[in-house]
Amino acid sequence: MDGYLGSYATLGILLLVAGAFFAVAYTANRLLRTNAPSAAKSTTYECGLDPAGGDWAQAQIRYYVYAFLYALFAVESVFLFPWATVFDALGMITVAEMGVFVAVLALGLLYAWRKGVLSWTTA
Amino acid sequence: MTVTDVLVCALGAVSLGAAIRVVTTNQIVRAGLWLVVALGALAGVYLVLTAELLAWVQVLIYVGAVVVLMLFAVMLTRAPIGRSDDLDRPRLPAILVGGGAGLGLAAVLADAYRWSYIGLSGVEPGNAEALGREVFTGWALPFEVLSVLLLAALVGAIAISRPEVGERREES
Amino acid sequence: MSLDMFGHDPWWLILIKILVVFVFLIVSTILVIWFERRVVGRMQHRPGPNRHGPFGLLQSVADALKLALKEDIMPTLADKAVYFIAPIISAMCAITAWAVIPFGPEVSIFGHKTALQITDLPVAVLVVLACSGLGVYGIVLGGWASGSTYPLLGALRSAAQVISYEVALGLSIVAVFMLSGTMSTSGIVASQAENPAVNIFGLEFNVPGWYAILLFPSFVIFVISMVGETNRAPFDLPEAESELVGGFHTEYSSLKFAMFFLAEYINMFTVSAMCTTLFLGGWRAPWPISIWGAANTGFWPLLWFMGKLVLLMFFFVWLRGTMPRLRYDQFMRLGWKVLIPLNLVWILVVAGIRVSSEQEAGTAKTLIIGGVILLAVGVIFFYPRRKQYQAPAVADLGVGGFPVPPLDLKVPPSPRTKKIAASREATGVSASTTTEEEG
Repeated sequence: MDGYLGSYATLGILLLVAGAFFAVAYTANRLLRTNAPSAAKSTTYECGLDPAGGDWAQAQIRYYVYAFLYALFAVESVFLFPWATVFDALGMITVAEMGVFVAVLALGLLYAWRKGVLSWTTA
Repeated sequence: MTVTDVLVCALGAVSLGAAIRVVTTNQIVRAGLWLVVALGALAGVYLVLTAELLAWVQVLIYVGAVVVLMLFAVMLTRAPIGRSDDLDRPRLPAILVGGGAGLGLAAVLADAYRWSYIGLSGVEPGNAEALGREVFTGWALPFEVLSVLLLAALVGAIAISRPEVGERREES
Repeated sequence: MSLDMFGHDPWWLILIKILVVFVFLIVSTILVIWFERRVVGRMQHRPGPNRHGPFGLLQSVADALKLALKEDIMPTLADKAVYFIAPIISAMCAITAWAVIPFGPEVSIFGHKTALQITDLPVAVLVVLACSGLGVYGIVLGGWASGSTYPLLGALRSAAQVISYEVALGLSIVAVFMLSGTMSTSGIVASQAENPAVNIFGLEFNVPGWYAILLFPSFVIFVISMVGETNRAPFDLPEAESELVGGFHTEYSSLKFAMFFLAEYINMFTVSAMCTTLFLGGWRAPWPISIWGAANTGFWPLLWFMGKLVLLMFFFVWLRGTMPRLRYDQFMRLGWKVLIPLNLVWILVVAGIRVSSEQEAGTAKTLIIGGVILLAVGVIFFYPRRKQYQAPAVADLGVGGFPVPPLDLKVPPSPRTKKIAASREATGVSASTTTEEEG
């Protein structure tokens, strides 16, 4: 194995060992644990009451907007990472490029801010 | 067949199989999980082809952010456990469109490369420095346009997700 | 130290390293639970666990064994397969991140020269970020697959929290990449070894190369967001017991619950180890010890690394012992309106300084000026906008001095009931209910 694939092979071995660890732990748990199933135990937890209604609750749209902002800034950071390692060699023009990029995305953040998306309780 | 060839083929098969499960499963959240497997296997293909920055970016953006976004969206509307039999899915047109697009792309790629073989030994790994130099010298304009695209998408998402202003006035 | 030295170990050496890391993670989880309970006990003037073994050291071992041997309950409504794999995803992601954490320099094990690090990659820090990003799946899927309302809501809250602070965490690392010029963890540790000369008001002296000092704002943002990212106090909203009965793992029991528990603690170690590596000089000895020439060779660095890790764990416990929990809106406001804008400004400031002043001596000086500017921005952001408390003109004494609501209290009808009543009237079944409400 050469250096590049060797490094990732090590990562692969780590994943295999972790998988073996989980297999052993789950098997041991299955063999050793107590087991006294009952219908009441496996009902949904509802603070001691009988569960009512479905298993699903309407979530707020805000979660979606935060996830969207996360995707946006994740894209921004994956461009910032390679930029951070090369901007020194490429000089001022690269900094200006990134400045424009960050500014446009900051505009998006500002828009979300102004529209009250970023504060949890607007209405 | 080198180790690389075997790995690329295996990961490609995993990706294809998972992608087929995405469109055939009846359970909507599990479809999202199969999408994670498909995209992850694709990241593995990038990794084996020494494009390591791209591979981890694929994991961070597509697996880590985009599918989470989709899961959030699914849970906002309806995410039942178990089969949803009311999923609307005309099979024949879907097979025609999907299969046609896939075969067309495969034919174009196969025709472009024919039997030429590019070994990985002499190729510079696609690490951060190499990719960064490319993006910030040769591809600066697409990079800037991308930011505008992202901004437009964000503004659209916020506009859709906001409660109707008129309705709220009425309530209070 | 260079990246070329990784990826050449024989397989038995790789296995030894991996097993040592596994044992380290599990033993230290048990020890840290004990440590946390003792220290919090101390802070709250109570002894903490002190029955089993010396200083109660065996308490966590007993708890762990008991937890793993409990009955495993699979809720009827659960999605069985996803319910099963969610804790595994969580723990797997937490463990994988440790593949690239540097424990020490190159040493000789059984006559084989190797670094005290499982492996290193040119994009190692991205691997850690990817692992914490994928850990979100364990939370979302665990909450969803339970088939219960509380875990689902807890999972959404928890996931929104983790992804919000992941952005701040990722952006705070960018400045480190800018100074070190690399994303490999061993490279970042090596780049903190130098002591750059600083020229302040004509006085020339060497500052330590730790990025915690050179990039102090990044360090502060990293520390805040690492606490938010791991869902720890004062940001432990997902497990706010009074509202969510425990959050996304409400329905979990036995070993599956233990896996979530393990993942939570390993994630704490991971962010602490990343903090050490990125900002606190990694395994390198701190200043007074580093005068001793052999401090950074052989197995000694393990000691310095563990010392820094324990200090950071103490910091986590200290926060838990002293800080009240934030409200969700305050928490989100801090992340999106303070940490991320500050981060973006800081990155551009560092870039501008770094590029405009190519001469080495001026760099640190201008860095300090930039820091002062940033501090001013920070003060503006953090400046308390709290209104002065005004005592009510007439003291509300209530009944016999107790604050009770007045007898003629009128509750304004909420718009929601109005809407429901209206919709009922439309269908023509509301006559009796509305009269009841009015009466």
